[in-house]
Amino acid sequence: MNGSDIIFYLLAAMTLVCGLLAVTTRHIFRAAVFLLFSLIGVAGIYFWLQYEFIAAVQIVVYAGGIAVLIIFSIFLTQQAGDKLPKQRIDRKIFGALAAFCGFALVMIQVYGHTFFETEEGEVTVSVFNIGKKMLSITDGGYALPFEIISMLLLAAMIGCIVIALRTKKENS
Amino acid sequence: MMQPGLYHILFISTALFFIGVYGFLTRKNLVTMLMSIELVLNSVNLNFIAFNKYLWPHKMDGLFFTLFIIAIAAAEAAVAIAIIINLYRSHNSINVENAEELKY
Repeated sequence: MNGSDIIFYLLAAMTLVCGLLAVTTRHIFRAAVFLLFSLIGVAGIYFWLQYEFIAAVQIVVYAGGIAVLIIFSIFLTQQAGDKLPKQRIDRKIFGALAAFCGFALVMIQVYGHTFFETEEGEVTVSVFNIGKKMLSITDGGYALPFEIISMLLLAAMIGCIVIALRTKKENS
Repeated sequence: MMQPGLYHILFISTALFFIGVYGFLTRKNLVTMLMSIELVLNSVNLNFIAFNKYLWPHKMDGLFFTLFIIAIAAAEAAVAIAIIINLYRSHNSINVENAEELKY
């Protein structure tokens, strides 16, 4: 057990514990902060796997973008200091039961399956290689999905503006 | 304890997925349900990266799928929050049980 393993277990524990607290705490603001730490833990696992670019994207988009967006929406829709109402116990029990059964089923399948690794050499996941692959239109490049994603983001942006537009009140 | 490998990361991603499912089943507030969906999407990303790293290290397909999922998750969160804010304006609450009709 060397330092790398210890770091991995610490990151895993941070991710899972913060994720669990994010879905069980009754303070909605704390839930958002726990979610933020869980996302940072996942980014740490990407760093541990030496996928630095994905880890950076994870921190920028999730921790920097989505978490801040969620915190803003909490401030806009929630009274400060309010606790969420207590959940019915039967709903909690059945939710936990369903989640645990699904978890056990998937883990049995995963541990019963043997994965085969390829023998081919490792490609370096540098930003240069990623960019070249993403914008190439030959040999399995990703230019078409890239363009579709950009159209999707544009559509989402216009959709957000249209949905959140303040409609004029009739009786004002 | 063993050397961390593919199975460890699959364990983490499965656990994270079902934590998200549990949150989605038990929460009533729309913002917290959105948080649970983010956890589920993260576990899927972790799966793609782990398979890419340990099983097909000579390709970068899992990495690109992760990138596209992150982009879609960002768009989804933005649209969801616009809907939630609009719902709060019309119903003064973001509880799912108060949002019964789609058109008001």
